[in-house]
Amino acid sequence: MKAFDYHQAVDSEQAVAQAVRVSGAEDMAKYLGGGTNLVDLMRETVERPDALIDVTALSHAIDETPEGGLLIGAATTNAELAGDIRVRTRYPMLSRAILTGASAQIRNMATVGGNLLQRTRCAYFYDMATHCNKREPGAGCDAHEGFHRYHAILGTSSSCMATHPSDMAVALAALEARIHLRGPDGDRQLPLTELHREPGERPDIETELRPQELIVAIELPRLPMAARSGYRKVRDRASYAFALVSVASMVALDGGTIQDVRLALGGVGTKPWRAYRAEEALRGQPATEATLVTAVDAELAAAKTLPDNAFKVELARRTMIAELSRRIADARSGGDA
Amino acid sequence: MQWTINGQVRKAEVDFRTSLLDLLREQFQLSGTKEGCNQGACGACTVLVDGDRINACLALAVQYQGRSITTVEGLATDTHLHPVQAAFIEHDGFQCGYCTPGQLCSAVGMIGELERDQPSAVTADLSANEIEWNRDELRERMSGNLCRCGAYNGITDAIAASLATEVVR
Repeated sequence: MKAFDYHQAVDSEQAVAQAVRVSGAEDMAKYLGGGTNLVDLMRETVERPDALIDVTALSHAIDETPEGGLLIGAATTNAELAGDIRVRTRYPMLSRAILTGASAQIRNMATVGGNLLQRTRCAYFYDMATHCNKREPGAGCDAHEGFHRYHAILGTSSSCMATHPSDMAVALAALEARIHLRGPDGDRQLPLTELHREPGERPDIETELRPQELIVAIELPRLPMAARSGYRKVRDRASYAFALVSVASMVALDGGTIQDVRLALGGVGTKPWRAYRAEEALRGQPATEATLVTAVDAELAAAKTLPDNAFKVELARRTMIAELSRRIADARSGGDA
Repeated sequence: MQWTINGQVRKAEVDFRTSLLDLLREQFQLSGTKEGCNQGACGACTVLVDGDRINACLALAVQYQGRSITTVEGLATDTHLHPVQAAFIEHDGFQCGYCTPGQLCSAVGMIGELERDQPSAVTADLSANEIEWNRDELRERMSGNLCRCGAYNGITDAIAASLATEVVR
């Protein structure tokens, strides 16, 4: 691991000021949350920051917003967020998504801000002896000719098909969370769905964050139908594994018609994948199997596969149909959400 | 830098790169906490920080200054094993023993999570205020601790017995 300076910030203003002060033409500071991904990447020398700004002392608060949503401090741990009774009752897909991710030890360490900025677990990205366009743009991608069972089928480019690993971010994409940012030039907000970028020709640039910009909070909007939301994760073992396919979903019915729907996918996208095409094909349509099949196929029509990950198309198709069917059944039996 | 380790204030000046795991083993000779994968996958390095279980291998020691850390050496009193330790012996919760310190600290932390009614991925009703434990819950909650000998049945039996007797702290 390369040597680095360490600074602990007491609040977000101080954190940004420290990052600005430390970052020069050659030097780079990184914000440190729980360290569960960054420390590992530093050990592999994939990440080589000159300084770490520890932001775990920033807000852990989960507050009600005037609009009836929740505002979550970015230093809240994954365990704290998943265990909050308001999240469990009003946004159960978010609790479920977090609880299916990592292990209890890691969820106790990891912050929600850090969860959003974790890097892909593509084995070639971690292995400094291989070619990786995400580590070094233009170097090539050894995954294409290698083992790519865990790689993405949506949002990929010829440069990169690394999967975004977060479960939590998939639920946040479906919930239309907003990310509150603080940077040297002030505060701004981004929808979660616009935080991450598809790789294109620059897979090394993963988010829309500006230099030294810091995630300070995540806002969940008021969304009554989320009370009957769910998250299902399909993986190679029953616990403590990354997703092959995961589905975050919620449905509101008006009689036999799908009035509204939110659908997002994990394990298949280069970013947390909001299934806008499927949603569009579902809204206002009869809640029938035929509607679901048409919608799901519309989303997956853009999938690009390689030999090891072609199975994900059918797996995603079946998992989406099963989950949407379950949400529809729940909505029918439960009345208005 | 300063930490409270098993109830004692300990001081050391270490490189920022030092993990909590290496601090415990190499600075304070607390070799009960084990290094397995050194990347958060196996749980052999599990310790408790203010009662919460974490992977000491992924923790930078500098980040945990001032915190109260409990290792496997701090579970027993001078005269009595921790009830979870006694249950591991009673129910053969190990074979080679390498993962055991992590399993023990993880189990103690997990029992605290159950007492606080924290849900897991297999909890059917997330909105329930009281969480009931069963063997599926225990297996899910302990999935961050691998055992290459495969002593999982004994480990689950030991933790179940600890919970059933309600004498765990």
